[in-house]
Amino acid sequence: MTNHWVDIKNADLILIMGGNAAEAHPCGFKWVTEAKAQRKARLVVVDPRFTRSASVADYYAPIRAGSDIAFLGGVINYLLTHDKIQHEYVKAYTDATFVVREDYTFENGMFSGYNEAKRSYDKATWMYELDKDGYAISDPALQNPRCVFNLMKRHYARYTPEVVSNITGTPRDQFLKVCETIATCSAPNKVMTIMYALGWTQHSVGSQIIRTGAMLQLLLGNIGMAGGGMNALRGHSNIQGLTDLGLLSNLLPGYMTLPGEKETDFQTYLDKRALKPLRPGQMSYWQNYPKFHVSLMKAWFGDAATRENNFCFDWLPKLDKVHDVLQVFEDMNQGKMNGYFCQGFNPLASFPNKAKVGGALAKLKYLVIIDPLVTETSTFWENHGEFNDVDPAKIQTEVFRLPSTCFAEEDGSLVNSGRWLQWHYKGAEPPGEARGDNEIMAGLFTKLKELYKKEGGAFPDPILNLTWGYKIPHAPAAEELAREFNGKALADLTDAKDPAKVLVKAGEQLASFAQLRDDGSTACGCWIFSGSWTDKGNQMARRDSSDPSGLGNTLNWAWAWPVNRRVLYNRASLDPAGKPWDPQRKLIGWDGAKWGGTDVPDFKPDVPPGDPMNPFIMNPEGVARLFAIDKMAEGPFPEHYEPFETPIDTNPMHPGVISNPAARVFKGDMEAFGKAKEFPYVATTYRLTEHFHYWTKHARINAVLQPEQFIEIGEELAQAKGIKAGDKVKVRSNRGYIKAVAVVTKRIRALEVAGKKVHTVGVPIHWGFQGLAKNGFLTNTLTPVVGDANTQTPEFKAFLVDIEKV
Amino acid sequence: MSMQSLDIQRRSATTTPSPDARQTLEVAKLIDVSKCIGCKACQSACMEWNDLRDEVGSNAGIYDNPRDLSDQSWTVMRFSEVEVQQGKLEWLIRKDGCMHCADPGCLKACPSPGAIVQYSNGIVDFHEENCIGCGYCITGCPFNVPRISQKDNKAYKCTLCSDRVAVGQEPACVKTCPTGAIVFGSKEDMIDHAQERIADLKERGYDNAGLYDPQGVGGTHVMYVLQHADQPELYHGLPKDPHISPMVGLWKGIAKPLMSFGLGLVALAGFFHYIKVGPKEVPEDEETES
Repeated sequence: MTNHWVDIKNADLILIMGGNAAEAHPCGFKWVTEAKAQRKARLVVVDPRFTRSASVADYYAPIRAGSDIAFLGGVINYLLTHDKIQHEYVKAYTDATFVVREDYTFENGMFSGYNEAKRSYDKATWMYELDKDGYAISDPALQNPRCVFNLMKRHYARYTPEVVSNITGTPRDQFLKVCETIATCSAPNKVMTIMYALGWTQHSVGSQIIRTGAMLQLLLGNIGMAGGGMNALRGHSNIQGLTDLGLLSNLLPGYMTLPGEKETDFQTYLDKRALKPLRPGQMSYWQNYPKFHVSLMKAWFGDAATRENNFCFDWLPKLDKVHDVLQVFEDMNQGKMNGYFCQGFNPLASFPNKAKVGGALAKLKYLVIIDPLVTETSTFWENHGEFNDVDPAKIQTEVFRLPSTCFAEEDGSLVNSGRWLQWHYKGAEPPGEARGDNEIMAGLFTKLKELYKKEGGAFPDPILNLTWGYKIPHAPAAEELAREFNGKALADLTDAKDPAKVLVKAGEQLASFAQLRDDGSTACGCWIFSGSWTDKGNQMARRDSSDPSGLGNTLNWAWAWPVNRRVLYNRASLDPAGKPWDPQRKLIGWDGAKWGGTDVPDFKPDVPPGDPMNPFIMNPEGVARLFAIDKMAEGPFPEHYEPFETPIDTNPMHPGVISNPAARVFKGDMEAFGKAKEFPYVATTYRLTEHFHYWTKHARINAVLQPEQFIEIGEELAQAKGIKAGDKVKVRSNRGYIKAVAVVTKRIRALEVAGKKVHTVGVPIHWGFQGLAKNGFLTNTLTPVVGDANTQTPEFKAFLVDIEKV
Repeated sequence: MSMQSLDIQRRSATTTPSPDARQTLEVAKLIDVSKCIGCKACQSACMEWNDLRDEVGSNAGIYDNPRDLSDQSWTVMRFSEVEVQQGKLEWLIRKDGCMHCADPGCLKACPSPGAIVQYSNGIVDFHEENCIGCGYCITGCPFNVPRISQKDNKAYKCTLCSDRVAVGQEPACVKTCPTGAIVFGSKEDMIDHAQERIADLKERGYDNAGLYDPQGVGGTHVMYVLQHADQPELYHGLPKDPHISPMVGLWKGIAKPLMSFGLGLVALAGFFHYIKVGPKEVPEDEETES
């Protein structure tokens, strides 16, 4: 989230699209209720299904799953053609005025630079025109036909209400009603928030859908505003923490990145990431990258990391490609892996194409499961009839199950969607032989280290030199890890202006990442968490709910990254002269000497209003990008591409380019895609309030509240197929089938798409062959193996199935 | 269960006065259907607080589960898909359970002394230790709420968490409701709050929004804010004008005096028997043995 849960109460308009907050985030949804009750806010829901969120919405519009970019692109077109944008904001705080290179093109669904053999783009042309000093050329008059604003206008002019309605199936009048409602928020004192979740991310164009939403918010001037922003509702209590700590295959903690295999030179690695400003007088915050990186390496390798050995840069793995989970299971399936550690994770249930995942696991020599529950993955080798029809005799994988604690049985912090790190305490002792994950991992590590010490090995250095100063080496405490993430001074840190003045003494906890150095005198395990455990103690455990501004920015409740800031880009809530766009939503202000206010200013604290420095300091151009330059895999402007399994066999925008041309598809998976002729219905998977993933089917109360697997279809399809509510049905994709009870509902309706009637089959996840609820099929038996081209998040939200009564 | 501190204003099948030295505030739970997202947290909280665990059931082609009230499920969500206005679908989700009528049909119908009581705060509570399992409370209830346990043959229903209310806490469902769709307080405050909510709904185009506090049962201590108060039936058959079943009136008006008369006859006959025959004599040896 750019903002945070409580802040949703400050919105005038709430758009829930690509998510179902009432269903999947009922507790956070209270802030929507609050906005409606206190601010008379309106709630608009756009979804293939009339959801629990829609049940309390002021307006609902249906959409075909997988056509969100067409819808949002249409809204952008509406705002531009009806002149419903916040001009001053767009001109000052986005790259609208920047001129794009002459060789950038977009024709027939393809951007310039495509390499068909590699299914990827050379993105060199997706760049601003630079002057001789390396600064982006800007045309404040917006006259240049190649300035971002005009290119954008041209790009989305194709998304007329008729085109949008034809692709999305949203009736034209309903689409326009949503446009009109959104357009009201172009007024500086009217703010919309967008709440989205996996309904946007789990598509082969997921990242671009989110980007389209962000563009919309920028055009309305809603980024940086209280009650505005782009708000991703994270699906696990600590999944934000997972990404923050860099647990994705290509990341290091704090959104730093691993070097690629060609990046063998330390300085080049740093220079590429410490981006120079693209506008005069701009601060480009990533220029501090060397400080964050060196401090991380000092936290990891301590005295072994020296300037002479480039702080152990050579010890970091160099990536040949991303090794995301889909890639890992592809490798496993090809027999390229011997063992797999599966910690707090149920891939047999959570990954696409269960048959492929199960087959891959069966090729392993060993599988280690660290989990508090008996997961389907841990019993993938058991025969459970139709639910898991395997022959245990043919599976030789040795499975080790290490029972771990659940969150209520351990101390630690959870990072919520709003980036708050909230400390929690153990509520109960774990049962039986269960141990905390820290303890399990540390136990394995200390054993391995012993073995490396005794027997040597191919590359023992990083393991032998990893800092491990925990009081109990086989069981590091949560407090110790938290202090390490915050970081400390390794030598006395002195003031640059006055070397006699010691700012932080050696050994002391740092106050924030502003104190980090690139000379090896500081250590910090995750720079964005710096400030969470200072010399003043554990900031995450603070529980003062006082809210002096009434805007819900409770700065003394827990701690938010970065530097306890609650609303990102909050400098953009004021005009360049420092006047708030909406005085009622004033987050920060200039007091003559520095910035301050009810939030932590997202700006250089001593740069006065009127300075050319702009608010988006994490971008070297200082402004937000409507044109994403080279950051996205499939293009600088989001474009509508069909899901890989499309019900209409074409892309009405450009029949020659149907689906995302830059998405990675493995051999074999392409063949496993189904065609509309055989599988005519659009399926989409989702959660239900009564359950959490594949966990709560192990809990009696949840099992009572939603006991048995079901799917949802509209009345029209049900009638055509002779299916009545309560009938058992078989849902089949090109990868397998599930059987479930049919819920026949008015809440899913047939949509007219490209002259064709398209029906939707809703498939809740949650069931499996373990637990207290009635046993069922793993939903991902049905889903295709293709991910978003940028994040490789699987396309669970739009694929094709057929359905029949059993 | 018996909650001494709440003070009882009425008891079933009892003619002696109830203890009423202390008066507690008349309370009410207000369920705002327009804020309810049907998350079933209230069902979950009810099971947790009252230590109830219904069976893991099955799906009947609807979201409702458990499918009905039972001795283990004192509240359930009822989901209704309706189109009040052509083309405008609404998913009305109503939390069903005991309404705690001011004039409780169950209590009136109950023949077992003290099995059903009404506290001075308005809560209607079953004291299962006195329940004889006759099921008259079901006949007496205009909302079809009480359920007889197959296990112990006693009637059960929502207590409005009388145990929590007795110590100054809100019912468990209120405590857990994430959107504030269920609120609790004095009946007066709840009516005031409902009026604010109704004004908001009217401003959003629900011209017939209103409070459900049916006077046919003297008003209730569980009330609803409805978007369509003119058509409560839309909400999974919420009765428009509930009254206590005439069967109960029959029992109270005719059958009960008749029965009393019959009982009186028996007593009279016994008396004459005693006068004519004398007391039953116990042999001396038996007496010493006992």
